[in-house]
Amino acid sequence: MGLLYGLIAVGLALIFGLMDVTNFAHGEFLMIAMYLSFFLFAFFAIDPLLSAPLVAAALFIFGAVVYLLIVRFAMRAKANAGMVQIFTTFGLAIVMRGLAQYFFTPDYRSIPQSWLGGKTISIAGIFLPEPQLVGALVSIAAFAGLYFFIHRTDFGRALEATREDPGAVALVGIDKNRVFAFGWGLGAALVGLAGAIMAVFFYIYPDVGASFALIAYVTVALGGFGSVFGAFAGGIIVGLVEAVTALVLPPSLKSVGIYAVYLLVVFIRPRGLFGSI
Amino acid sequence: MDKDFAARRRRDLIIAAVLAAIAALTPLFVKDVVVQNILILTLMYAGLSQSWNILSGYCGQISLGHALYFGLGAYTTELLFMKFGVLPWFGMLAGGVVSALIAMGLGYPFFRLRGHYFVIATIVIAEIGLLLFHNWEWAGAAMGITIPIRGDSWLKFQFLRTKLPYFYFALALCCLAWFVTWWLEDSKWGFWWRAVKDNPDAAESLGVDVFNSKMGAAAVSAFLVAVGGSFYAQFVSYIDPESVMGFQFSLLMALPAVLGGIGTLWGPVLGAAILIPLTELTRFKFGGSGRGVDLIVYGTLIVLISLALPRGLLSLFARPKKTGVSR
Amino acid sequence: MTALLETRGVWQRFGGLVANSDVSISVGRGEIVGLIGPNGAGKSTLFNLIAGVLPPTQGSILFDGEDVTRLPAAARCQRGVGRTFQVVKSFETMTVIDNVIVGALVRNTVMREARRKAHEVLEFTGLAARADVLASDLVPAEKRRLEVARALATEPKLLLLDEVLTGLTPTEAQTGVALVRKVRDAGITVLMVEHVMEIVMPLVDRAIVLDLGKVLVEGKPADVVRDPKVIKAYLGDRHAVGA
Repeated sequence: MGLLYGLIAVGLALIFGLMDVTNFAHGEFLMIAMYLSFFLFAFFAIDPLLSAPLVAAALFIFGAVVYLLIVRFAMRAKANAGMVQIFTTFGLAIVMRGLAQYFFTPDYRSIPQSWLGGKTISIAGIFLPEPQLVGALVSIAAFAGLYFFIHRTDFGRALEATREDPGAVALVGIDKNRVFAFGWGLGAALVGLAGAIMAVFFYIYPDVGASFALIAYVTVALGGFGSVFGAFAGGIIVGLVEAVTALVLPPSLKSVGIYAVYLLVVFIRPRGLFGSI
Repeated sequence: MDKDFAARRRRDLIIAAVLAAIAALTPLFVKDVVVQNILILTLMYAGLSQSWNILSGYCGQISLGHALYFGLGAYTTELLFMKFGVLPWFGMLAGGVVSALIAMGLGYPFFRLRGHYFVIATIVIAEIGLLLFHNWEWAGAAMGITIPIRGDSWLKFQFLRTKLPYFYFALALCCLAWFVTWWLEDSKWGFWWRAVKDNPDAAESLGVDVFNSKMGAAAVSAFLVAVGGSFYAQFVSYIDPESVMGFQFSLLMALPAVLGGIGTLWGPVLGAAILIPLTELTRFKFGGSGRGVDLIVYGTLIVLISLALPRGLLSLFARPKKTGVSR
Repeated sequence: MTALLETRGVWQRFGGLVANSDVSISVGRGEIVGLIGPNGAGKSTLFNLIAGVLPPTQGSILFDGEDVTRLPAAARCQRGVGRTFQVVKSFETMTVIDNVIVGALVRNTVMREARRKAHEVLEFTGLAARADVLASDLVPAEKRRLEVARALATEPKLLLLDEVLTGLTPTEAQTGVALVRKVRDAGITVLMVEHVMEIVMPLVDRAIVLDLGKVLVEGKPADVVRDPKVIKAYLGDRHAVGA
């Protein structure tokens, strides 16, 4: 479970953590991805596992477009930049939820039969549900890929440099908007991947994103902004804490443990576990 | 120059008094219950947003967890009333005091945090409060508390046949929050808060007690918001965790101030006067279909205003500032 | 008469890095003292220790006969230490007069008096005409002056100036020098950190040269500039020539 949170968080880690842009619509990105997966299954009978790359690609375009059409202008605000980002993306989230209600109706949907759904696999006597397992594997791969991408490629360096000093990178010929649009696309594609996998075993409805978004923020902040590894570690911790809390407290309180751990961590380390900003 | 300044302060006070007087007279002409309802909510959110603005606008500590104080105010009042028979008027004060104390208690660890870490911590603490109340049997858990209505009573602050007492209370709350802001704006605290927001290091070097400034702002802000929560509980006469402590309240308190002009005296009132009727009207007009059109309209508006006017709607009225190079 | 400010064997270590080692300096009442030295000499660190941004690893700091080593910046301000910042830290969303009022509130709790004091200080520093302008709309030289004005409004006994003259045009620097003299004539002791010797030497009564975290030389400006140790320290630093 933790790795799934990790998978949702990894896209956010890129947008929120590495580019330092608040995205309150992250949960709604997830929601869109889950619906896409659902419709691809419902109309074309494409299994979510197969359609995942398609969904990711679609979300990439969506993320880049959102950046170019909206977020770019929010970042340009001279006054109250933080609040402008929070509320433009929050407004966007509301619009997306409204659109989802309008077009998809507020009904709960689910993908009844897929390759993975409901199956378990037994490893050394421990039964694991297959979708979660696949989710975990994809998550690790995504993190490894992103880590490599940020630390080993020119794009990663450009991204970091752009966050730190947009003026200076302009001098060396890097177009800030192109870098950030690509970053947003990538972040959205990652959450698209998460959505595609989660569509297999979660109900899909217009507000589904909201329930995961806060955990994703906490995961990124727990790990520390500006650190891909931090978000990964954050995801694992969040998953473990949730599992432990579920043993001790009633199920409706399972998130309390996660929140308490976040508070505890930032009180001791105000920049999260591995944060640099 | 001092005269200008004093005149401006006086002018603000006069405008406020005139607006309050006009507002006080509206129920004479507006008999429609739906419209009265909207007016009450508008006044309430104006007051709440004004209170939120003290901590987040003036002092710069962006809180998206003020629903906690709203809910605490509501729950303190109703639990005292239902379990111990304490009249809501005292419960209201108690709720305010409890919230202010909790805000200061939380301030100790919280005010060490900066930026996103602080904002997320405020969201998280309100969520914890929400979940705890969800599971607290004694406080009604998820079922909430229904306040038995036994007819109109000023003593118990409940009214069946008329909404006017609620209206005037909401107006009083809004005026109180505005007046507190007006009064603090030209005080040591007001200056300290703005200094802390703009640059805590420089403030510290000028003898400002940064930590206690934040604590003071948090306490005042939480107290007023809790009184608003008490009022809301009496007004709707039914509370459950989601309906008084949900995240949406944190946002609804912040939005009018942000859209109207964060950290300004008039921003929250202006923002609420436009936003709340609009929210209610879109919900009224489009919401019935359950198809989210109200959300689309509302969300689009927020995006557009935030993008077009980062300083808030109030900046439309601001006189052009003197700029340029001196001599 | 005791010195207004005294540091006794002050050390500051950051991890393995020693920024100040065994620094003992004193500043007498009514003096203008220049704290100079090449880049990385530990001037800014010492300055921050005196202002109370952080406590020294070792050693003690005395101000006006009182041990202030462990006092935070705000408490030192109340006792009469005013400071400016090398990287200007104005309250950008506030007007010039409001910036200064924040400082004036340390000694005047009544708003009317704080406001009057702030206007006095603006007259004194030549910013009166800009009182109602937002701090963010000032030109850099004015922002520097606002920093000085804000600090003066706290009615300090000791004014700490962190490179207030660096980066100004010659005319602006002249105005700045005049202002520092005026401050001293008003009875306020001045300790100024400057990197560039040419600007400060004619202004100060006494110069203290730091190098590699230690006091290298201290004395009359004329003697200090001729001291072979100082010349060597500065010649090793390419910036000294160009400036």
